[in-house]
Order: sequence, then structure tokens, then C-alpha cells
Amino acid sequence: MTLMTKFLGAVAGVALSAGAALAEPALIFDLGGKFDKSFNEAAFNGAQRWAEETGGTFREIELQSEAQREQALRRFAEAGANPVITTGFAFADPVNAVAGDYPDTKFVNIDGWMPEVPANVQLIGFQEHQGSYLVGMMAAMASKSGKVGFIGGMDIPLIRHFGCGYAQGAKAVNPDIEVIANMTGTTPSAWNDPVKGSELTKAQISQGADVIYAAAGGTGVGVLQTAADENILSIGVDSNQNHLHPGKVLTSMLKRVDVAVYDSMKAGVDMETGGFTTLGLAEDGVGVAMDENNAELVSADMKAAVEEARQKIIDGELEVVAYYANDSCPALDF
Amino acid sequence: MDYLTLIQLLDSTVRLATPLLLACLAGLFSERAGIFDIGLEGKMLAAAFFSAAVAALSGNVWVGLLAGIGASMVLSAVHGLASITFRGNQLISGVAINFLAAGMTVLIAQDWFRQGGRTPSLSGGARFDSITLPGADAIADTPFIGPLYAELISGHSILVYMALAAVPLTWWLLFRTRFGLRLRAVGENPAAVDTAGVSVVALRYAAVAICGLLCGIAGAYLSTALQAGFVKDMSAGRGFIALAALIFSKWRPWHALYACLLFGLFGALETRPDVIEAVTTLKVNSALLGALPYVMTVIILAGFIGKAIPPRAGGEPYVKER
Repeated sequence: MTLMTKFLGAVAGVALSAGAALAEPALIFDLGGKFDKSFNEAAFNGAQRWAEETGGTFREIELQSEAQREQALRRFAEAGANPVITTGFAFADPVNAVAGDYPDTKFVNIDGWMPEVPANVQLIGFQEHQGSYLVGMMAAMASKSGKVGFIGGMDIPLIRHFGCGYAQGAKAVNPDIEVIANMTGTTPSAWNDPVKGSELTKAQISQGADVIYAAAGGTGVGVLQTAADENILSIGVDSNQNHLHPGKVLTSMLKRVDVAVYDSMKAGVDMETGGFTTLGLAEDGVGVAMDENNAELVSADMKAAVEEARQKIIDGELEVVAYYANDSCPALDF
Repeated sequence: MDYLTLIQLLDSTVRLATPLLLACLAGLFSERAGIFDIGLEGKMLAAAFFSAAVAALSGNVWVGLLAGIGASMVLSAVHGLASITFRGNQLISGVAINFLAAGMTVLIAQDWFRQGGRTPSLSGGARFDSITLPGADAIADTPFIGPLYAELISGHSILVYMALAAVPLTWWLLFRTRFGLRLRAVGENPAAVDTAGVSVVALRYAAVAICGLLCGIAGAYLSTALQAGFVKDMSAGRGFIALAALIFSKWRPWHALYACLLFGLFGALETRPDVIEAVTTLKVNSALLGALPYVMTVIILAGFIGKAIPPRAGGEPYVKER
């Protein structure tokens, strides 16, 4: 009976929200799910913060399958939501296809890329390789075996981009370091397979890795867990994951998706569209997580080195090569 | 590739093969009795959630295991009700169970724990630890046999040994007992069983219940032994690979073990591209290994290697003639 009440309540909730005020922003989460403790959760946190600060409301939907992308976009646009914010590279094509039909609605896509950006679409990208470079440096400094690992989620250029920055950072500290890189899979289920994440972690540990960076959404939960069980260090991604295993997670590569979502919602319908926004170290769009959970793991040397490199990258003295530049990585062979 | 790497690879094979094996044997019972079950995935997922959730709440993994088995058996009962009592389409019922489990687990998890569709991390008694077999530490340094025993044979969770024990048990039950003979007969020719005065419905329900039990253990293994908690969709298609293994093994228990170990080995190799490269000097795409179970099943189904003939009455509800 209580379950039934809940279903009815949910239905009523949906019906109510459909009739709510116009022009509230909408947020569409990618397949990893709203609470992946990582990328999508960061987007949700940004939206939450906006809602708390402004008292506004936003609509949201979690996708269950690939086929829902365009449908969700059209439904929000037709219901008058504005702007419609989407997370994940896979939304670029559907947004591109839908945007022309709703010229008055503004669309935002985080992580996507389009050859030509329609006038009512804004793309937000992050310089993940810069943040990954910094955590790569920390990994190399923390490693005793001279081998560090990287576990990606789905094998896509974006994830290689993470791995590439990481390898460059690690090699900058120790040119002889070996970076072991694995991808979880080639389908979206690679974002939600912690069992395989664990198995990859064990495989990398048996090859000698003692610091492992996971850029793998929900799969990363398994990586961090196994790393903690086997008593080696891990590095989280997107959100601050240091608290998941205090004292076992060296740091997290922060990708401030929350800031991007917050800013987009704040700008609302007046947002500038038709181009790219790139958030890097200089804009605090990416960074490394330092808090009480990893304070003991991070030495003063590490802090100083990371700070120096950060400044150099911002000043343009140090260039981290992006994987996208020519679809290959100078420091790592995938 | 050195000996220790080989042992580690086989160790990983055993871990990855265990959930497949349990789900595969579950499917074997069900399909041998004439009830096709593509809801293995959903049952595993539901069991993974409930075992982790109850283990987290009670702090006792055994209570969690029971809850997982219970959840899986409830779904089995739903499948049985739809396909045995109401004579519905077994495939549709199975698909429905998969969808139900995928949605329900996240919904309940969010309601109970407010952690976004996952359970809290399990620790201590809420998780299955690996058990060290007697003497493993003592002979670990012995060359050759030491690592084999200490690394590969010892040091798994108790559920792994239960899964391995389930293979001879299944064989014995199906091929050496009266119950097994009747169960197999119900999948081949239910009318004959009915003529002999044995209840077709009761036998099929028994088979579906055993299926639920084994799927429950498989799910609990995922979330409380391999992992320390439930994550959305964590079964990640293992129920379907188990079905592929079932076809590959042509519905026979010992062959199911070999098929699952083979598919587990593919999974383990997928995590060690360096080993493949060292042995074959070829750079093999790891995605290819992930697809191999399905490719091999298609080859078997196409009749290239022997012929896979499913139980004759499989998929058809039994209607008593009047």
C-alpha cells in the first residue's frame, strides 16, 4: 500500500510540475545517473546551489536509454523550459538536431563538441588535461614503485584526454615512470560496472601500480574501493571523492561542472549563446581537491610542485598537450 | 608471462566466473523444466541490492544474503505466476522482470538511504571476506604448489566455493535423482509427466524457485563479496552472458562450469592487455575479448560446433487437455 501511495504521489508530482511557471531551467542528466558521485552529481549540486540561492525551481530528468535523448530535449523545450542544460558529450548531436526547431529556447551542453554551433546553443568545455596533469604529478610523487595506473570508463576521446594529461604530469615528475592505462569498455555500461573496475584495479596492482586514477563514473566506485582494500592510493574524478575512503584517496581531479551549471542557470534566458566556453585552471574550472581527508597524504613538496605547475600552466609557460590536438598522446599509448 | 602472472590471471578468472556460474546454473534449472528465463539479470540485480541494503542495515552479511535470495525468489515467483499459472509469454515476463528490477532497486535505495540509488559502503561483518584455507599461509612459499594453493585455490569468498559445489550438486540432482528425472521430463514432454500422475505445475514452480535461489546468491556475491555495496545497474549484463554460457554449454552442468570459466578468462584477459601482447606479440583490442562470449554463442547457435538443442517444451506453457 505504501508503495502504491508513493507511485501515486510521484505521478501527482509530475503532473504538478508540468503546470508550473514558465521559463524555469531544465537539467538533463546523462546515462551515468544523477547520483554517480561524480560528473552528473556535480551538475546536480550546481543546480541545487542555484535553487537554494535564488529560491527558483528547475526541472530535471535522468535518462534511462540512448533513445530518450531527443525526446527529453523536445519535451522540455515544448514545455517552455529555458535554458535546457544537458550533461555529457553524447548530447551534442541531439542538441544540434533539436536546437533549430526551438529558436527561442537556449540549450547548453557540457562536454560536447559540434562543428558549427547553432545560434541558440552554448557549449561548455573543460581543460581536463590540465587538472589531470596536476593529479598525474601528485601520483608520480606519491608512487614508490615507479608505476601508476589510469582506469577510464568508456573508451572515448574525452576519457583519453584525461589519461593523456595524467600521463604527461606523471612523466614530468619522473620521466622513467610507467603509466598503465585500461579502459572499462566501449559501451555506456562501462560507466556503471564497479565489478570490472575492481578487477582492472587488481590487474594493475599485480603489474605494480600503487597509485590509480579512475576517470570512470560509477565504475570508479569499484576502483576506489579495491584500492582502499588493497591498501594503495587512488585518485577520484569530477566531484571531490576524497571522503569516500579517507586517507586512501590521494586527491580528486575536480571538474567544476557544478560551476558551469550554476552560471548557466544564473544567466538564465539572457545567457550568451552560439559559441564555446572553456573552463581551465585559470577559471578554476578544473583543479585538485585538498581537504582534511587527504591532508596526511599530501606532502609540502607535492603542494608546492602542484602550485608551481598550476601557475605555469595559467601563465602559458607550460603547455599540456590535449589529446584532441591530433588524436594521439605524446606520453601514453592507448 | 611468468607463473605468478598466470596464477593472478586465473584468480581473476575465478572471481569473474562465479556470478556467471551461479546465474548460469539458475537458468539451467529453469530452462531444463521448460521455463525460459531472460530475467536472470533482473533477479541478480534485485538480489544485489537487497543483500547489500539489508547487510548495511543489519550489519550481518548472512542476513543480507538471505534477503537477497528472498528478493530474487519473489521475482521468480512473479515469473512463475505469469508463465506457469497464467500461461503468459515467458520472454515478455522475463523482460518485465529486468525492467522492474532496474527501476525498483534505485527507487527503493533512494528512499531508504538517500545516497542517490546506492547503498552505504559495507565494512566489517556486513561484507563477505575472503577466507584463507587451512595451511595456505604455511605453504605459500613453496615453489609452484605454494602460490597455486595460496593465491588461486585459497583466498576467495565462501560464495565462490558454494558456486563450485553447486555444479556437482546440480549434476547429481538432475541426473541421479527422481526429482531431476521428472524435472528434465517436464521440459521435454510435460504431457507424459502429467500422464504419469506427477504435477507439471509443482515441478515447474520448484525449478523456478531453485533458479531464484541461485540468482540470489549470484547477486549477493556481486554486491557484498566483490564490491562493498550496491551501485545502480551493477550487474552490467552478466545475466545475459550467463544465458550465453547456458546455450554454449548446451544446458549441461559440467559444461556450464567450463563455459563460465572460459568466459571468465576472457574477462580476466580483457583486464591484462599487456599479458596478451607479451604472449601473442599482437596488440589485441580489449573490446574484442568482451564481445567473444556473444560471438561464440552465435557460432554455436548457427550450428558450426555441434548443435545446441534447447529443451523441447521450453517456452511453451503447459495446457492440460480436457
